[in-house]
Amino acid sequence: MTPEQIVHLRRAKDLVDRSYAQPLDVLALASHAHMSPAHFARQFKEAFGESPHQYVLTRRVERAMELLRNTDATVTDVCFEVGFQSLGSFSSAFRRVTDMTPTAYRATAIGYPPTVPGCWAAQWTRPVGRGAEMEKPPPPPRK
Amino acid sequence: MKITIVALRVLDQDSALKFYTQTLGFTQTEDMDLGGMRWLTVAPPDQPELNILLERVGPPFVDGETAAQLDALVAKGAGGTLFFQVEDVRGMFDRLVDQGVEIIQEPIERFYGTDIAIRDDSGNQLRINETTPTNVPWPEDSMTARAQAAAE
Repeated sequence: MTPEQIVHLRRAKDLVDRSYAQPLDVLALASHAHMSPAHFARQFKEAFGESPHQYVLTRRVERAMELLRNTDATVTDVCFEVGFQSLGSFSSAFRRVTDMTPTAYRATAIGYPPTVPGCWAAQWTRPVGRGAEMEKPPPPPRK
Repeated sequence: MKITIVALRVLDQDSALKFYTQTLGFTQTEDMDLGGMRWLTVAPPDQPELNILLERVGPPFVDGETAAQLDALVAKGAGGTLFFQVEDVRGMFDRLVDQGVEIIQEPIERFYGTDIAIRDDSGNQLRINETTPTNVPWPEDSMTARAQAAAE
């Protein structure tokens, strides 16, 4: 993979980080990276360890986790705020990433986040996808 | 003890120099050939004593394969990160957008202020913060929150 290709892939990844709530699909991301969709999907996974689609879902769930922890927004509001089109798809993705329902996660996450800048915490507490197996979110703080 | 120089790996020193001086308004503080290495430093406009070394890493410091791996990491955005403080982050954000800088994050209010995130021309992440207080509370167990509580 050439440095120029890596830069294009990173820009597509940054687009997801910046515009996660927008309707981003592989076609749109591949266009942003100046690659064909199939080539882009392969290269993205090779560079960042997960598929573009999985990265979008994980990014949205990560933002949802932050909203559930730090705001009083309803689960429905959080669902649409982070870019999901239905409660069903949101609940399914959330459960796949965190192994919990959004409501259950909110109940366990009271007192979070940790004492590092939120921007930095977001990067370090982002749930990481490994194919079908997803890591669990960080444990709640010690009482 | 104090920090005088922070090294930041860049992919192209001339391009990096242009970005930090022309886009961010840094001052070029050194540029010399050390025989195999170009020592190129810049300093933030309000902190002239802190130099950032815009560093190209390659042989003989590291072998060519390692240098290529490091370049790939920087290009992926997994290289260095610098944190800056400004007085008007939203105004700066608008200027950076007008200049076509790569934006990672638009202004967001955090407990420590309002910040944005951008990429430099190499892919390094730059987080820029305005420390004006927001309505977002500090985590209760942070040292800052405890110090504030003790002072009240």
